[in-house]
Amino acid sequence: MAFFQQSSREPARHAVDPSLQPWVEKYRPKTIEDVSAQEHTVAVLRRTLTSTNLPHMLFYGPPGTGKTSTILALARQLFGPDNFRSRVLELNASDERGIAIVREKIKGFARQTPRAQVVSSDGNTYPCPPYKIIILDEADSMTQDAQAALRRIMENYARITRFCLVCNYVTRIIDPLASRCSKFRFKPLDDTSTSTRLASIAKAEHIDVPESVISTLINTSQGDLRRSITYLQSASRLANSTSPPTPITPADIQEIAGVVPDEAVSRFAAALGIESNDMDVDGVSKVKGFDDIRRKVKGIVREGYSASQLLTQLHDVIVEHPTLTARQKAQSALALAEADKALCDGADEELQILEVALNVHKAVTS
Amino acid sequence: MSLWVDCYRPKSLDELHYHEGLSARLRALAGSGDFPHMLFYGPSGAGKKTRVACTLRELFGKGVEKLKIDQRVFMTPSRRKLDVNIVQSNFHLEITPSEVGNYDRVVIQELLKEIAQTQQVDINARHRFKVVVINEADTLTRDAQAALRRTMEKYMSNMRIILCANSTSKLIAPIKSRCLLVRVAAPTEQEMMKVMKHVADRQNFRIDDDNVIQEIAQDADGNLRKALLVFEALKMQTGLNGPITIAKPDWETYCHKVGDMIIQEQSPQRVMEVRTKLYELLSHCIPPSVVLKTIASHVVDKVDESLKADIMHWAAVYEVRMRVGNKKIFHLEAWVVKVMSLYKHFVYGIDMSSFD
Repeated sequence: MAFFQQSSREPARHAVDPSLQPWVEKYRPKTIEDVSAQEHTVAVLRRTLTSTNLPHMLFYGPPGTGKTSTILALARQLFGPDNFRSRVLELNASDERGIAIVREKIKGFARQTPRAQVVSSDGNTYPCPPYKIIILDEADSMTQDAQAALRRIMENYARITRFCLVCNYVTRIIDPLASRCSKFRFKPLDDTSTSTRLASIAKAEHIDVPESVISTLINTSQGDLRRSITYLQSASRLANSTSPPTPITPADIQEIAGVVPDEAVSRFAAALGIESNDMDVDGVSKVKGFDDIRRKVKGIVREGYSASQLLTQLHDVIVEHPTLTARQKAQSALALAEADKALCDGADEELQILEVALNVHKAVTS
Repeated sequence: MSLWVDCYRPKSLDELHYHEGLSARLRALAGSGDFPHMLFYGPSGAGKKTRVACTLRELFGKGVEKLKIDQRVFMTPSRRKLDVNIVQSNFHLEITPSEVGNYDRVVIQELLKEIAQTQQVDINARHRFKVVVINEADTLTRDAQAALRRTMEKYMSNMRIILCANSTSKLIAPIKSRCLLVRVAAPTEQEMMKVMKHVADRQNFRIDDDNVIQEIAQDADGNLRKALLVFEALKMQTGLNGPITIAKPDWETYCHKVGDMIIQEQSPQRVMEVRTKLYELLSHCIPPSVVLKTIASHVVDKVDESLKADIMHWAAVYEVRMRVGNKKIFHLEAWVVKVMSLYKHFVYGIDMSSFD
């Protein structure tokens, strides 16, 4: 197993052609100062760079907020490129992480005494404190047993090893582990830091990104920086691959993101009897019976849009609607919530969309 | 002599008949050398797999058509052996992880790591990476999807993943954010008619009456595969001259019969009769949710406007319970009884609002 682990790292280090690299990896922050919009966490971690003390840490927050980037950048700054490989163990959900691995691999790594510092090859000096770091990425997908096995290990080797757990949902980490760590919450990125980040990447890649595209990216990604960067890269790939290169448009971003076009959503909403405030969807005649709604739903399903995405967007339309009463909105929201739960349980999409459509229709026309 | 569906399946992106914009994009992406992970999604019969195959051909040339089937054995942590069939060429491989049920995580981890660690040795190969096509990606368990996350980023230089799914609802967000989403919508009736005409051309016969193929297209409900199969069957049976009747599959007529039975009479005895019929359907491996949907849509066509919404509502409710629960027949029956009681109360004019 250990042998495989060693060799599995190799390809990642031979990143062949930087132009083929995902931008998410290419523009990963090199130092913790580069991390966007997590001032509080960065401020705390900056202090650990000067002192040699570091607590066990638990990073949690929604995807794409920079949790993995922060700990990798911190480790790099602490140990420098030479010691990085001997001092840091990174495990994520794609590695086998059952209880056996915790007992053997993690314990084995944890009990090694770190080697003394050698002079760094690139001439810089690194603090290189006398401990190793074990990064458990996506820790919320570890089993309860595996987490339980970690408890004593964390305490026994605390002198020479620090753990950093990274997860999306702090509730899935068992309490005894959580209480051994200092917790850092990563909040979704605000719009300004996302847009500055995107703009800087666009500049570095020499692509022209209009303001409207950036705002669409921010809207579709909802604070997930990784998602917006990936979308931007995909869009620029598409734009560059045609000849002559076309500019990136907001519609491209929506298509890439799998978002249902606004027009389709508002037409669907109109068919349910929600009057839209802009009048360019006049083509639809007014509220009709069951069969018309069913036909509409069939049409939507045939277009291949994802049900959960459609419901999310329909939710936005209803909640932000200017003239619906609070009661109507509440009833619609209830229908949407139940359908969302059902979809999570794996229910049939067509039936659920139809169910929501009928309920919303009933709520709105009553 | 193969079926028309397979025989006239487009082999390259230029031969595709509809979604021209999409084809142009795929061609451009394949040509640029910078190929992302992709996720194709859309209703069944819309042409997702055809497009994947065409894109692969565009990427690697003819070599991808030389397929071989490999049987691999994987070992689960609990020492159970899993046999998995893998279709592969020198440049790509295809897996359907739903074959192995709950253990798909093991297969995904082992297989992808292995591919990620081997480099392309053929110097003449156009690309350094291999493509892994994962069919029915929406049936992957959460564990397996989580296992894909980091792998997709880390081994980008050796491997690209193409996922194929009916819907993106069941895929976790991190996977979606790492892929380029490609929506393949179902073809419209006109587009399906165009394809059928094209097939007729290749088979050297003419269609005199457009109404015939229009009827087939309407019946197929956006599923081009179904349309072509029906088209071929009818050609063999009747020669496509004059009016046609599209024979419904047995189970569908059977479902309709069940629907009629529910409306004709509502009594405990009838419930028993319906139950035997439902058992019959289930024992012929018709998916229970399909049974429920077919019967429901048939019943709805025959009842009063005010009942329709309720019947659909309960269909949706019991469909979810069927997924969560274990014994499908209970929920099918519960729905049948519910519909019967709704109908009876409607006929005798009793107010049911307090029984919800």
